[in-house]
Amino acid sequence: MLSRVASSIYWMSRYLERVQSIARLIDVQDQLGMDQPDTPGLGKWEALMRTTRSYEAFEKAYPAATPEDAFRFLTFDPDQPNSMFSCMTAARENARSIREILTSELWQQVNELYHTIRLASSELNREDQLQDRFLDKVKTSGLSFSGIVEGTMASGEARSWFRLGQLIERADQTPRILDVKYFVLLPSPEDVGTPMDQIQWAGLLRSASALQVYRGEFGAITPKQVAELLLFSHVFPRSARYCIREADQELRSVLGTQTGYFCNPAEQLLGQVNSQLQYATIEEVFNYGLHEYIDKLQTQIGLIGQRIDHSYFSN
Amino acid sequence: MRKSSASDYDLEQFCDEMFMADGSPHPWALGLLETLDNLGSQRLAKRQEAAERALFDMGITFNVYSDEAATEKIFPIDLIPRLVRGQEWDHIERGLFQRVRALNAFINDVYSEQRIVSEGIIPVETIKSAEGYLEPCIGLTPPQGIWCHITGSDIVRDEHGALMVLEDNLRCPSGVSYTLANRNQMKRTFPNLFRSSRVRPISHYPSMLLQMLNQVAPAGNTRPNAAVLTPGKYNSAYFEHSYLARKMGCKLVEGGDLVVEDDRVWMRTTMGLQPVDVIYRRIDDKFLDPEVFRSDSLLGVKGLMRAYRAGNVSLVNAPGTGVADDKLIYTYVPDMIRLYLDEEPILPNVETYRCEDKAQRQHVLANLDKLVVKAVNEAGGYGMLVGPHATKAEREDFAERIAQTPRNYIAQPTLQLSRAPVLVDDHLEGRHVDLRPYVLLGSDIVVVPGGLTRVALKKGSLVVNSSQGGGSKDTWVVDGAQEMDGAQEIDGAQEMVDVPSC
Repeated sequence: MLSRVASSIYWMSRYLERVQSIARLIDVQDQLGMDQPDTPGLGKWEALMRTTRSYEAFEKAYPAATPEDAFRFLTFDPDQPNSMFSCMTAARENARSIREILTSELWQQVNELYHTIRLASSELNREDQLQDRFLDKVKTSGLSFSGIVEGTMASGEARSWFRLGQLIERADQTPRILDVKYFVLLPSPEDVGTPMDQIQWAGLLRSASALQVYRGEFGAITPKQVAELLLFSHVFPRSARYCIREADQELRSVLGTQTGYFCNPAEQLLGQVNSQLQYATIEEVFNYGLHEYIDKLQTQIGLIGQRIDHSYFSN
Repeated sequence: MRKSSASDYDLEQFCDEMFMADGSPHPWALGLLETLDNLGSQRLAKRQEAAERALFDMGITFNVYSDEAATEKIFPIDLIPRLVRGQEWDHIERGLFQRVRALNAFINDVYSEQRIVSEGIIPVETIKSAEGYLEPCIGLTPPQGIWCHITGSDIVRDEHGALMVLEDNLRCPSGVSYTLANRNQMKRTFPNLFRSSRVRPISHYPSMLLQMLNQVAPAGNTRPNAAVLTPGKYNSAYFEHSYLARKMGCKLVEGGDLVVEDDRVWMRTTMGLQPVDVIYRRIDDKFLDPEVFRSDSLLGVKGLMRAYRAGNVSLVNAPGTGVADDKLIYTYVPDMIRLYLDEEPILPNVETYRCEDKAQRQHVLANLDKLVVKAVNEAGGYGMLVGPHATKAEREDFAERIAQTPRNYIAQPTLQLSRAPVLVDDHLEGRHVDLRPYVLLGSDIVVVPGGLTRVALKKGSLVVNSSQGGGSKDTWVVDGAQEMDGAQEIDGAQEMVDVPSC
C-alpha cells in the first residue's frame, strides 16, 4: 500500500476517534460538575484543559476564560487544532484524499458526522447542545465507524491501518479520562466512599462507555478497580491493555512479523509497551503514582506514533 | 397525463438530434419517446431528482474553486439520452481513427524530421510558438511511437446537419468518468428501456484503458505496474482520477508518492519502494518534472524525464503531445491527414480563420460581430469571444488583443450547434449539445461507442463547459431495426452520408 494512503487511513481513523474522545471528555466534565455547586471562574474546566495539555492555548485565545469559552474552545473553535471541529475537518480531509480506497458507506458516514458538527457549531450554544444530546450523537456516530469498516471494508492492509489508528488513539485517550478525575477531585479522605464519590465515579465510567462492563466485572465501585478496568482490563475494548495488545497484532499483520520478533523500531517499541502492560498490576501503578504512570504511558504511546510514521509513512 | 413529448416541442430554427425538421421524431427515437410518454412528467421529474441525489451521494462530483462553501458539485445530468444512430456512429468512428492516427504521426514528425515543415505546410515558427511544444522532447521516441494515447476531440453538428470537429484535446482530456457514471445511473433509471433498445455498451472502457497502458509499457516488460498520477484531491477532476484508478485496479499516486532512483521510477509503500512502469498522468506537461520544466512545481516528480528518456517508464500521454492542442495547429489537421495518411478527411474541421495570416486577420477584425474568436491555448470555454452575444467593449478588447498577438487567436463562424431535448419541469426544451468521444491508441486503436454529450443547460447558451453552467447526457448509440419503417422517406435520398437530414 502507498505510504501516503496508509498514513491517510491511519490519521483519518485517529482523528475520528479523537472527535469521539473530546465528546467523552466534555461529557465526563458535565457529569462530574452537575451534582456539585458551580465555583466562580473556570472551575473544574481548568483541570480538563490541563489534562488535555491545552491550558496555555486556551488562556491565550480566551482571556475571560468562562466555562462557555472552554466549551467552545474544545468543540467548535476552528482555530484550535485540537478542537472537535478541527479534528473532524482533518479526518474528512484525509478521507477525501483516499476516496478510491474507502467504501462509499464509510465516506458517507464521515461526511455526515462532519456536517452534523459543522451545523451544530454555527447554530447552538452549550446549553442547547446538551439539550440536543449533541455529545451523544457524536459518540454514537463515532462508534458506527467500526461497524461500517467491519461490515464493508475488505480485510487487509487498509483495514489494519484503520484499526491501528483507532487503537492507538484509544490507548492514548482512555487513561486521560481517568486523569481528569484525578485532577478534578483528588479524593479528600473524608469523601472516599460517600454517595458523592460514587456518583462521580459512576459518571466517569459512563462517559467512557464502561459502566455496564464495570458492573458486570466488579459490582460496587472503588477507585482502584475503576483504574484497573480502564488501564488493564483484558476484555473492555477501550482499556489501554486491550488496545495496545490489539494494536500490536494489527501492526504485525502489515509485514507479517511473528510474535517475539520485530522488523523495525515501531514493532519493537509497541511490543515492549505491550509486554509492560500485560504484566503490570494496579498495585504497582498506585505505588508509582497514578498520574505519573499515565503520563509515562502517554509519552510512550506518542513515541510509538512517531516510530510508525518513520517506519511506514515517510520512508 | 400530459400531451405527447413531441407535440409541444419547439425546434425553432435549429437542427435537432431527436426530431426531424418537420417536428416528427427520428425513427430510432420512437421507442424512447414512447417510454417517456408512458412514464409521465411527474414520475420523470422524480427520477431526475433521484438520479441527481444518487450522483451526489456517490461523490460523482467536480470541484469548484471559487465557491468556498460548496466545493463539490455534481456535473448535472439530464435524463433524456442523446441518441446517435449506429450507422452514423460508425462514420464518426472512422473519422476519429483517421484523425488520431494523423495527429500521432504529426507529433512524431514535430519531434523528429519535421517533414510537415520541409514540405511547406506549416511554418516552423508556428510549431515552435505553440505553447505545448516542448524542446526537450526532440529526438525522443516513446514506445511504439505512440504519443497521443488518449484523445478527446469535440464533435458538433451544424445547422445543416453536418458533423465536424470543433477542437482536439490531447493533453489530459477529461470527462470520461462522467460518461461511465451517467450510463450506470441511466441503467438504474430506465431499466426496461435498456433491455428493449439496443444501446451499444461502454462499461468496458476501464479495461480497454488498462490494456492500452500495458501495451505501451517499456519494451520487454511483460507484467508492468501502471499508476494514475493526480495533482491531488483539490484538482477539479480528482473524482475522475480516483474513479479510473479504482476501476482499473491501479494505484492512484501523487507526485510525492513517487521517487526516481537510478533513472527508474518507484513508489513509496509501507513495504518499501516498488517499481512503476507506466504512468497515466493527469498532470500538465509543465509540472511533470521540476528538473526539466517548471522548477517551482510541487506536483511533479524530480527526475521523471530522466527515467522517461532512459526508456524506463512510459508516460501517457507522452510529454510534448500538447503541441497539437493549439487551436492554430488544429487548422492544419486536414493537411496532416493528406500528408501522413494520403487520405481525404472523413470528418471536416469547422471553417477557421488564422489571425496570424494578414488577409484572414483583416476579415476577422471586420466581422467580429459575427464570429467566435478563441485564444489558441485556452480551454474550458475561457478566453473566448462569442461575437453576436458580445458587447461593443468586449469586441474592441478582443480586436486589440488580436492586433497585438495575432498568433494567439483563431476565429470561426458562430455555429448554430444542434440541439437535443432536455427535461425542463414537465416538458422538453431544446438545448445545444456537443460530443466528446475518447479514442485510445495503443497496439490497436479503439473507442467506446458514444462518449460525453455536453449540453448547455442555460436556455440559448452555446457554452457547454461544466465550469460555465453545462451539464451532460448519456449518449446512446442505437442499432434499432424495429422502428425503421419510415426510414426511406425520412432519410431522404438514401445517400452514403450518414447524417440525418434536418
